[in-house]
Amino acid sequence: MSAGTHNTGVDDIGGIDGALQPVAAAAEPDSAIGTDIFPCHHCGTVWQGAQQDEQCGICHAPLHRRRIDSLNRTWAFLIAACIMYIPANLMPVMITSTLLDEQRDTIMSGIVYFWASGSWELAIVVFVASFMVPLFKLVALIILTVSARRRSSWQRLQRAKLYRVVETIGRWSMLDVFVVSLLTGLVQIEGFAKITAGIGVAAFGSVVVLTMLASLSFDPRLIWDEVVPETGQATDKEQKEKDIND
Amino acid sequence: MQERPDLIVCEECDAVHRRPALAHAEIARCLRCGAELERDTGSRLERLLPLTVASLIMFVIANSFPIVQIELQGLTSDTTLFGAVMVLNGEGMSLVAMLVLATTILFPLMQMLVLLYLLLPFAHDVHDGHRPGVKILLRLMQIVRPWGMVEVFLLGVLVALVKLSNMAAVVPGVALWAFGALTILLTVVVSFNPRYLWRILVSERRDGGEAVP
Repeated sequence: MSAGTHNTGVDDIGGIDGALQPVAAAAEPDSAIGTDIFPCHHCGTVWQGAQQDEQCGICHAPLHRRRIDSLNRTWAFLIAACIMYIPANLMPVMITSTLLDEQRDTIMSGIVYFWASGSWELAIVVFVASFMVPLFKLVALIILTVSARRRSSWQRLQRAKLYRVVETIGRWSMLDVFVVSLLTGLVQIEGFAKITAGIGVAAFGSVVVLTMLASLSFDPRLIWDEVVPETGQATDKEQKEKDIND
Repeated sequence: MQERPDLIVCEECDAVHRRPALAHAEIARCLRCGAELERDTGSRLERLLPLTVASLIMFVIANSFPIVQIELQGLTSDTTLFGAVMVLNGEGMSLVAMLVLATTILFPLMQMLVLLYLLLPFAHDVHDGHRPGVKILLRLMQIVRPWGMVEVFLLGVLVALVKLSNMAAVVPGVALWAFGALTILLTVVVSFNPRYLWRILVSERRDGGEAVP
């Protein structure tokens, strides 16, 4: 998020950074997980001395340190999404029947059609939303899940930002599903021109839903787990030694 | 188990911070991962109710009139959003139809109605102290939040329009403009984090304090 998202030109980051000292002093860990501080993930209330699975006093949701079974669920959704990604790109998403012929369009041929007919701006929009975004999400989530499972300390801040990007852009790949739906509803001139949704759009929709479920199951807190307040070289070294010992 | 209102824990990296006192329009960010911890909501809560009502009106208009009409060799055809869902359903694409129905009609409508229900009593200054279902509705709103996709649908409509303009005469309908307005309104309404509603509706009320900040 850039500075442009705040209004009124108040120098808020500078102002707040001064007032916002992390609670962790030298001896205390930075994350809540090592302490008896227990934040509710639903309403944000912070509790002290709570137990795992105890109910939050405000919203009555069970308290968890991390999203339940986060990495396994993320993997399951990711694998399913990768499988569906193949029919989503190979099967026709839209079938246009006119008096003379019948045309079957896949996601890619739709983009090529836009490009060839001169509306290259739209070709880029659809290419990004329908092709780049799902692919980027799959790759990014695989990187995030693998590195979180290894409890890697590699590029933690960049990975946290990557997760934020995945969460923000994920919804936009629904674009093609909406385009096909609207065209199907609209072009129903019997015996003259008719657009039908192809099976590919169901596969494509499931990729979008599955990758969204994957990113919702992934717990970004896992990126930061086992972080030692004195960061830098020592942490990496300790981590590597620990990995070797394991 | 004891509440610690003086602390705030980053939602994305679990770092514990002291809760900062925010001045007007300030945003507190996590020192470790840069995620937003808290923002000064200021007068946004008072503006939320009129915006929600306006969104509901736009929602009704957007779904009652055809989005677009095409004309091909003297034959015309138009559709509403719900009409498109029904055609998809009739073609054996019931799962896709359900997905479109949920993300563009059901979930946004649910969010608006829940907000309306939760905010209305404030406007009339009724401190009833007890509103049934607040907790369930707030949880529901948080679950549904990522799945409302009106803004993506609007972009989809625009892409479809350009695609059609090559083969037929396209006349944008009233609902298209209503969808445009609805997108802008919903962006403002939905960007209000439900976490602040928890604080305002549940925790402060429980303490018997004044609910409106």
